[in-house]
Amino acid sequence: MGNKKIKRRNFLKAAGFASLAGAWAAATAGFLSGQRVKAQAVKPTPNSLVAGRWALVIDTRICAEHPECRDCIEACHKWHNVPRFPDKQHEIKWIWKTHFHNAFPYQSHEYDNEDVKKREVIVLCNHCEHPPCVRVCPTQATFKREDGIVMMDMHRCIGCRFCMGACPYGARSFNWLDPRPYIKEPNMAYPTRMKGVVEKCIFCFDKLHEGKLPVCVRACKYGALTFGDLADPHSKVNELLRKHFNIRRKVNLGTGPSVFYII
Amino acid sequence: MHDAGKVIPGIIIFVVFVTLPFWWNVGKAVPKVEVELPKEYTSCVEDKSFMIREHMKLLDNWRNEVVRNGYGVYVNSKGQTFHMKFQEGCMKCHSSKERFCDRCHNFVAVKPYCWNCHISPEEKKGWATKKSNVETFSKQPASHH
Repeated sequence: MGNKKIKRRNFLKAAGFASLAGAWAAATAGFLSGQRVKAQAVKPTPNSLVAGRWALVIDTRICAEHPECRDCIEACHKWHNVPRFPDKQHEIKWIWKTHFHNAFPYQSHEYDNEDVKKREVIVLCNHCEHPPCVRVCPTQATFKREDGIVMMDMHRCIGCRFCMGACPYGARSFNWLDPRPYIKEPNMAYPTRMKGVVEKCIFCFDKLHEGKLPVCVRACKYGALTFGDLADPHSKVNELLRKHFNIRRKVNLGTGPSVFYII
Repeated sequence: MHDAGKVIPGIIIFVVFVTLPFWWNVGKAVPKVEVELPKEYTSCVEDKSFMIREHMKLLDNWRNEVVRNGYGVYVNSKGQTFHMKFQEGCMKCHSSKERFCDRCHNFVAVKPYCWNCHISPEEKKGWATKKSNVETFSKQPASHH
């Protein structure tokens, strides 16, 4: 074998034959598979709401006038199948009420206005401009959309809870138990979560796709919640922010919250 | 070749032994999986053979497009459009998980974890707060990871 030389002519013949055989095999495989390899096209929902950066403005003065009102919380938790666990340690919350000094720890002191001191404010995920949860998520289950919404892809969450450690607002909850037995009146149009995943407010991205405002905003009958495009200088949210004194939670951390509070 | 009288029969016996399952089943009918198709609809978002082979890829693509890329509408190969929804889309026509999804998934022994979160048509009828359902859920894999 070793000293047998292949002639140039024979080599070219063999190479030509091999490439013919290859082309034939590829064509046959393509034919047998029905050549059904096709691109799957998608497009946005026709009437979906779009923005440069979604933001929520909460007028705490209006909320203070109705201390008993929990419409936004109830509506959100009902629509999104948020379970109600009897044990507070297992609590899941997307939007909830907290005292002013808890929501704004660096902005309250003992000489505060009595009214502000007692005020309960609505808190939720701040959909930060620089979300620390997104930086630590090892699977990109939580990520920032181009319109500023900090999204959760429940399919990818592995329940490591790094995001919960990173979030300075406590906006994330972990499912320690199967939530289903604790959802009394489920919304059949929305999924639940499973044991071992983290969940939070997602600014109702699905509602925005349908051309509707988030559930909490639509549930508020006093108009305390305003949702809009922060990137648009003529939007209602920008108008409100220009007109009224407002604050954001823990701005010194540099996360750039998209939820604003009119005081 | 040395010992050709032993080696060649040996190879033949080996080949026959390895391919025995094929010889064994020649001419026998393949077990059939019967899934219940929707009566009021005749076509799915793509043609039947595509759906049988590629539905998992299609669904994977759908969830990424909706959740991650913000698209809501699927354009099929005929140019028709569909909202990319599962509970409110696929399962509107395929109104039974047990008689459609499970029949085939059980046969091929796959356990997709869709139903840990998505609510199946069966669960819509009898919700989880019923004791029997609580037990069923606890039998599902605790985690999909």
